[in-house]
Amino acid sequence: MSKSDDSPKDNSEPSPAAENNDNALIDLQEELRASHVQEVLDRLDRELVGLVPVKTRIREIAALLLVDRLRKKLAIASETPTLHMSFTGNPGTGKTTVAQRMAEILHRLEYSRTGQLVAVTRDDLVGQYIGHTAPKTKEVIKRAMGGVLFIDEAYYLYRPENERDYGQESIEILLQVMENNRDDLVVILAGYKNRMDRFFQSNPGMRSRVAHHIDFPDYTHDELLTIAKLMLAELNYRFSTEAEAAISEYIRIRMQLDHFANARSIRNALDRTRLRQANRLFATPGPLSKQDLITIEAQEILTSRVFTEGQRDFDGDKGTDQPTAAS
Amino acid sequence: MSIRITQGTFSFLPDLSDEQITKQIKYCIDNGFAVNVEYTDDPHPRNTYWEMWGPPMFDLKDPAGILYEVNECRKAFGNHYIRVSAFDASNGVESLRLSFIVNRPQDEPGFRLERTDTNGRNMRYALHAYSTEKPSGDRYS
Repeated sequence: MSKSDDSPKDNSEPSPAAENNDNALIDLQEELRASHVQEVLDRLDRELVGLVPVKTRIREIAALLLVDRLRKKLAIASETPTLHMSFTGNPGTGKTTVAQRMAEILHRLEYSRTGQLVAVTRDDLVGQYIGHTAPKTKEVIKRAMGGVLFIDEAYYLYRPENERDYGQESIEILLQVMENNRDDLVVILAGYKNRMDRFFQSNPGMRSRVAHHIDFPDYTHDELLTIAKLMLAELNYRFSTEAEAAISEYIRIRMQLDHFANARSIRNALDRTRLRQANRLFATPGPLSKQDLITIEAQEILTSRVFTEGQRDFDGDKGTDQPTAAS
Repeated sequence: MSIRITQGTFSFLPDLSDEQITKQIKYCIDNGFAVNVEYTDDPHPRNTYWEMWGPPMFDLKDPAGILYEVNECRKAFGNHYIRVSAFDASNGVESLRLSFIVNRPQDEPGFRLERTDTNGRNMRYALHAYSTEKPSGDRYS
């Protein structure tokens, strides 16, 4: 635990814990280093492409908690800050990933005790009959205590069209816990922007209890390209030069099509690309080199239906249609 | 006169604060025990099986969840005895490892010794809790 390695202050300054010592100096950098939070922030920077507003906000929260911790050491009283958050953004913009990092950061800063992330959806919170919801919700909340409760697609909790829906009961319990057990639990609500807005509109209590509304922007073309390369590198593949141009073109077209889910679409596309690469290797006569096994060629990408169907509306692009030239 | 009953661990000490309770629960969780909250209004020392406040909590990682249940139980049965029990399953059966009282009634009237003549000049003794003279539910109101 990080608690033990920062309590004996290893800098030579006078102990800041001494009461009434207004002149005690504290090294913020030292504190930052001791908390190891910088590593998490750096990793966040490295592994998550783009998302500048999100990273800025996380940095701000980390700074606040760090300063708060220092204040506590100097025995300056202050209320524990409310850290409930809402993550809004289109599909595939990294909400879940960031939530996981958030749990880690809060743990490093000793705001949460266990650093665990309990991810739930409506199913886990809302019961099927009268009297079933409250114990179910409480069970989940208890399980998440000391860590972060991540409610994905939180707007499904509230169904205004069905007045006998039990979701409201679940929301009420959540509200109560978010208010009374602020030290024990951080709640992160996630979902698509417009639906979350509607959810907060119909639950003003929820809106006021959530201190941080973080919006995840869509990725730009260049960011998606970087993501594609990162993902591929993680799988130990690489693009050939032509393939890189092809994927760039692929992303440009795919972005304009319906059901575009940012990084998730890219991952799916890469999965299919690997499929086609394996297929091609099978069709290739003769022995293969290691280079062959790890290289994705342009033809694997250009075979995608995205190139043939252009602007048309369809659910996915899993076709392995006849190869056509890129536009 | 109030007689504090002494059942379970720590019962000769002053009542535990919430912080102390949390630390005890933390110890239980760290050892992998399942923690259970129970309540009763019968203070007899042989009253082993208390009412369960919800099912035992197996999968919690943090004491806050259990303290939450303790507080919920206090809200509902503030004037009852409430205890926290920890069960260890590593022996193959759930065996009680730790049990301590976290809540007791405002006023504990204590016990009376009952003597009964039996065969010959033999005496049998029994403990009778004054509070059980009232029906269950009205005992500590």
